[in-house]
Amino acid sequence: MSRQQTRARVAAEQPVVTYREAVREGIRDAMRRDDRVFLMGEDVGRYGGGFGVSMGLLEEFGEERIRDTPLSEGGFVGAGIGAALGGMRPIVEIMTVNFSLLALDQILNSAATLLHMSGGQFNVPLVIRMATGGGRQLAAQHSRSLEGFYAHIPGLRVLAPATVADARGMLWTALEDPDPVVIFEHGSLYNMSGGLPADSWAVGIDRAMVSRPGEHVTLVTHGGSLRLCLEAAEALAAEGILAEVIDLRSLRPLDDATVFESVARTHRALVVDEAWRTCGLSAEVAARIGEECFYDLDAPVGRVAAVEVPVPYPRHLEQAALPSAERIAAAARRLLSGSEAARA
Amino acid sequence: MSARQSRRASSGAANGAANGAANGAVDPAASGAAHEASSPDLTALYRTMLRIRRFEERCAELYSAERIRGFVHLYIGEEAVATGVLDQVLPDEAVVTTYRDHGHALARGVPMNEVMAEMHGRVEGVCRGRGGSMHLFHAPTRLYGGNAIVGGGLPLAVGLALADRMLGRTRATVCFFGEGAMAEGAFHESMNLAALWRLPVLFVCENNGYAMGTALERSQSETNLALKAAAYGIPAWTCDGMDVEAVRGAAARALALVRDGGGPMFLEARTYRFRAHSMYDSDRYRDRAEIDRWKLRDPLVLLAGRLDDVDLEAIDSEVAREVEEAVAFADAGHDEPVSELTRYVTSEPITSAGAPR
Repeated sequence: MSRQQTRARVAAEQPVVTYREAVREGIRDAMRRDDRVFLMGEDVGRYGGGFGVSMGLLEEFGEERIRDTPLSEGGFVGAGIGAALGGMRPIVEIMTVNFSLLALDQILNSAATLLHMSGGQFNVPLVIRMATGGGRQLAAQHSRSLEGFYAHIPGLRVLAPATVADARGMLWTALEDPDPVVIFEHGSLYNMSGGLPADSWAVGIDRAMVSRPGEHVTLVTHGGSLRLCLEAAEALAAEGILAEVIDLRSLRPLDDATVFESVARTHRALVVDEAWRTCGLSAEVAARIGEECFYDLDAPVGRVAAVEVPVPYPRHLEQAALPSAERIAAAARRLLSGSEAARA
Repeated sequence: MSARQSRRASSGAANGAANGAANGAVDPAASGAAHEASSPDLTALYRTMLRIRRFEERCAELYSAERIRGFVHLYIGEEAVATGVLDQVLPDEAVVTTYRDHGHALARGVPMNEVMAEMHGRVEGVCRGRGGSMHLFHAPTRLYGGNAIVGGGLPLAVGLALADRMLGRTRATVCFFGEGAMAEGAFHESMNLAALWRLPVLFVCENNGYAMGTALERSQSETNLALKAAAYGIPAWTCDGMDVEAVRGAAARALALVRDGGGPMFLEARTYRFRAHSMYDSDRYRDRAEIDRWKLRDPLVLLAGRLDDVDLEAIDSEVAREVEEAVAFADAGHDEPVSELTRYVTSEPITSAGAPR
């Protein structure tokens, strides 16, 4: 086989798709496989989804299963819980995490709690998807990163697909979970492209993943910040600093074993999160590293998180508020100052 | 009159009320609706109400004796509502209720022993003691709680009905809530969804006049509650919540329409709680005279007056015996080992009644 033929074959197996298309394909596949699965949310039908994820699905599956809802987050999330209790497998789309606060009562007080409160009688097999994050000049009320709120809640599983493969593959595994799963799709990722094998299918959702191996420092992140960390790692590599990048993928439960194993090798950890640092997910990850890896560490655990302001509209201020590859690289250098890697 | 016609008729009545033509929507029974309940077993209804009354009186004693703790909201005075409605709910139909749920659980057929054990936090309780008074769930009778967030159960009922519709089942879901819930957004969102999608839900408002300590007229701008449901295009009417036969008849007609594809229905039962809101409540916001006036319409006394040739004392002693057996059952129950604390946060294989098929 010539080199050209090989390239052609790889291209055929790995069509390039956007994150948006990958999510859509995951939904389409689930709906074809299981009649109990349906999609419900604001403008998921005729409009095609606030972010265009469900474009074309109404034509394929009809109005019953691609169900437009009123602007009624508490109502339709609660209805999703009820439908799950009644034997369906709903995928509820909340347009963005900002609006999910209107449904937080249902998610926390019902979805996450019914199984326990009923002594194991009623589980809630519900998947809730929502967009999260800032960086698009949408101002404070459309730019929140609240994954940490949800990861705080026992009874929920919380996922953050950061790659096209996870966007495609996490949904089916989530639907197979007998308990509620919340999936966060970072708004800046929908247009991201990546290779996806044509036969790609469900992926595991229990483990974090080493996105880029390295030996001098571990960058722990998730969702929209993964790309920034990979960019920072690339810049650091040019300076001889080899950063290992861990994509958490699951925010609850946290696969901290993968993080600890990495930190035990690199002896330095930097936690990167687009959310505020105070009481955020980065605080939890940093605390666990401190609890479990204290004697492995050659430097205090570092963090790069959002500045503690509501995200402002002007581009320069928003950029100053949120993590960037430059800030991540700078923080990594600080952790390594005085080390052999830094001297190299 | 067909279900469709009846729906229009009752809607029209509510709309008429909106125009000030009537004080309250009209029970379609008055216009001769086709769906009449079969003749009631009044003795059975009496026994159910008495079981609720005696169970709760005993709970109040046990609370004072500090054997039951937490919040306990008594249903005493309101027994006719759960009893009358649930008499007409079929075994495979779903029931959603509130934190004032002892009456619904007992009327639904949850064994009294298990309810009492739950009050005591015993592992033999209906929810292994995890829920307590406010969270009675029972998979065998499709009782979905026991929701202690006011209005929180309404969207669940909408979803349960949506599942039935999507799975091609023709059955109703019944959702109880207090009039206080009608000030919550969840009420309005649920009315809109249920009406928009014409889902088979019977919404039963137990209007006892007080949202905790705040009287209806002090908390809601429109006190004719049926009008609020009617505003969403939902046929709505009011019944005497102290008269179990009236409740039963109204529920029978509403449920027939719901099962017949008529979409959601709304029933307001005007009732009154004789006791305080919870065991913590000193009840300073109501006039003694008002309470006494309502007690003249005690649902048990009302029904007893219609029971000829029934040995009420025999029923009383049967029920007293059942309650004491329940207390003994709870007393003999066990505390769940602390080692099991974190069970049921997420599903365990097989144990969940609602597990995927």
